[in-house]
Amino acid sequence: MTDSLLQDAPASATLPEWFRSTKTAAASAFETLPMPTRRDEFWRFCNIKAFDPQDFTPARPVAREISAELVAASNGLKTSLGSFVFANDQLVARRAAPELAKAGVVWLPLSEALVSHSDLVARYFMQTDSVLGSAKFQALHGASVKEGSFLYVPKGVRLSAPLEAFHWLAGSGQAVFPHTIIVAEEDSSVTLVDWFKSAGEARNMACGVNDLHVGSGAEVRYVSVQEWCRQTVSLHTNATTVAKRGSSIHLGLHLGGAFSRSESLSRLTGAAARCDMLAATVADSAQEFDQRTLQDHRSPETYSDLLYKNTLYDQAKTTVSGLIRVEPHAHKSDAFQKVRNLILSPDAEANSLPGLEILADDVRCSHGATTGEIDAEELFYMQSRGIPARDAYRLITYGFLNEVLERFPCDTVRETLQETLRARLRSH
Amino acid sequence: MSLVIHNLHARVVGGQEILRGLNLEIEKGRIHAIMGPNGSGKSTLSKIIAGHPDYEVTSGEVLLDGTSILPLSPDARARAGLFLAFQYPVEIPGVSNANFIRAARQARLAEGEELDAVDYYGELYKEMDTLEIPRTFTARSVNEGFSGGEKKRNEVLQMAMLKPSYAILDETDSGLDIDALKIVAAGVNAQRGANVGMLVITHYQRLLDYITPDVVHVLVGGRIVRTAGPELAHELESKGYDWIREDLAESASA
Ligand SMILES: Nc1ncnc2c1ncn2[C@@H]1O[C@H](COP(=O)(O)OP(=O)(O)OP(=O)(O)O)[C@@H](O)[C@H]1O
Ligand SMILES: [Mg+2]
Repeated sequence: MTDSLLQDAPASATLPEWFRSTKTAAASAFETLPMPTRRDEFWRFCNIKAFDPQDFTPARPVAREISAELVAASNGLKTSLGSFVFANDQLVARRAAPELAKAGVVWLPLSEALVSHSDLVARYFMQTDSVLGSAKFQALHGASVKEGSFLYVPKGVRLSAPLEAFHWLAGSGQAVFPHTIIVAEEDSSVTLVDWFKSAGEARNMACGVNDLHVGSGAEVRYVSVQEWCRQTVSLHTNATTVAKRGSSIHLGLHLGGAFSRSESLSRLTGAAARCDMLAATVADSAQEFDQRTLQDHRSPETYSDLLYKNTLYDQAKTTVSGLIRVEPHAHKSDAFQKVRNLILSPDAEANSLPGLEILADDVRCSHGATTGEIDAEELFYMQSRGIPARDAYRLITYGFLNEVLERFPCDTVRETLQETLRARLRSH
Repeated sequence: MSLVIHNLHARVVGGQEILRGLNLEIEKGRIHAIMGPNGSGKSTLSKIIAGHPDYEVTSGEVLLDGTSILPLSPDARARAGLFLAFQYPVEIPGVSNANFIRAARQARLAEGEELDAVDYYGELYKEMDTLEIPRTFTARSVNEGFSGGEKKRNEVLQMAMLKPSYAILDETDSGLDIDALKIVAAGVNAQRGANVGMLVITHYQRLLDYITPDVVHVLVGGRIVRTAGPELAHELESKGYDWIREDLAESASA
């Protein structure tokens, strides 16, 4: 049975009652729900058989010396208003600029927010049902989650710099359940970067969930940098809801892991809400990245724009399944979707599965997926300047993915991500 | 010291022959101009010298200061001192112009040696000012969305930054307005000197008013068919190419 994975997760008695009963319900849902198979619509092309959640147990806290090392290695943004460092779902370091509290911003580890802001957390915690296939893993997360970031930005507060959180995974056979909640009230503005990193090479599992709530006229820019080690299995579900005139930019930089599945829902609930869904993926060796998205237009004049780019080396595999759904009353909406695959090896495999469900009139919609190789004329142009072929390949590949990063409007964050991407491509 | 093209025969890989016994010698310190009708093989000649993989040399030689460059990869040829300003410069999305030129400069350094960023930008800005290229072009992706004239200026900027010993400029004047032509010509003239030989491909005498060539050649049907002084360009401007073709036909039937 599912004992090893769920057994040592008795919710602490200090946690609110609603949270404890949510956990219990999630645990039984996890046990009841079947494991997905490739025959399921949302798991086509997916190598789901490659792992069994029962191979992992909830991560144990790391030793002091190791957590000190991880804190020291948590080098992200050059400037930020606050940061958390989590190691195996335990907070090991925190920082918050005084400006945050002054403005009424709540920036707390989830475990503390559950106690001090129970009602507020209850309002936003996992309120969106899984729609892209991972109901079972979302239940697993709900049953097991104990830590994460809670960020609440009051009405009208526009933060001058980003925040960041590091989620470290250490040990072997361990499972972590990172959680990120952002609540941006009316006309507020905030940027958060999540870094997912491993302390060493070992087979571990991460099963994370984000709840991002963008209030009317608010702006949320969220980045997830997935740098798990090459043996980690990762499943991540993101749910973003955007109220009227709100705007969400979600950027995923996917670099690590053995198998990495990310589901991203952007639900545009208010009129003139907007979301930009961006992802840049570097896949090499036998890495598999499986990305499923839904642009869910539920109000008139909403706007969504998705750009997902993958570069594939060696025997790597990527799958992008992108759905656009426009509800009957969501007139005058725009929905765009572009998937681009750059194949650098004859053994790599890129799958693109677009899907449209347009139920409204007067909708502008376009979608397209392309798969190609390095352009021979670009390569020759670079070589004609003295740049060796290998460097030219790397530079062109960088440029291909950098086009995604360029869409991210915050300079300090973008520059750090560009540096991270350059470092990732250095070995190619 | 010269770039020697000796009895060069070349074709599209597995296809049609384009260069048919072409001879040319570009000495360091001199400027040669090539004119010729559309499709006569001018761009192909420049790309073959640069090592474009679409073409194969079936016989003949290209010697740079006495050493054959034909066995070299395109990047090794460039590092050996060759530069080609493209007729149609290529766009490279997502790679900034500054990083691109920087990578080209870095490629010329020894293993482990790092380019000095401050010096590099200082020099880049200076050359951009000479060519009246706005600073914003450092951050823009290479040639992407550049106007025709901006692309040509960017080619000359790269030449200035890479300091080749032999440079081929393929229709660098096309797409330039009259003011830009003067600026670009001034940029090219600034690089003129004893250490560089240039081959300027053009359709218009006008460019040669600004960049005065030492020698003018006419290329027809994959061969140099006439070589003379700058006055030849004027003659072509007024008479076109038919008289040369007729001469060729006569001498062939004679
Ligand atoms: N890769 C190729 N495949 C097929 N034909 C080619 C190729 N490259 C060049 N050619 C042909 O070779 C001939 C010479 O072309 P080239 O571009 O060198 O002409 P050009 O003298 O530069 O002309 P223009 O003045 O119009 O620029 C043309 O007929 C062209 O179509
Ligand atoms: Mg040409």
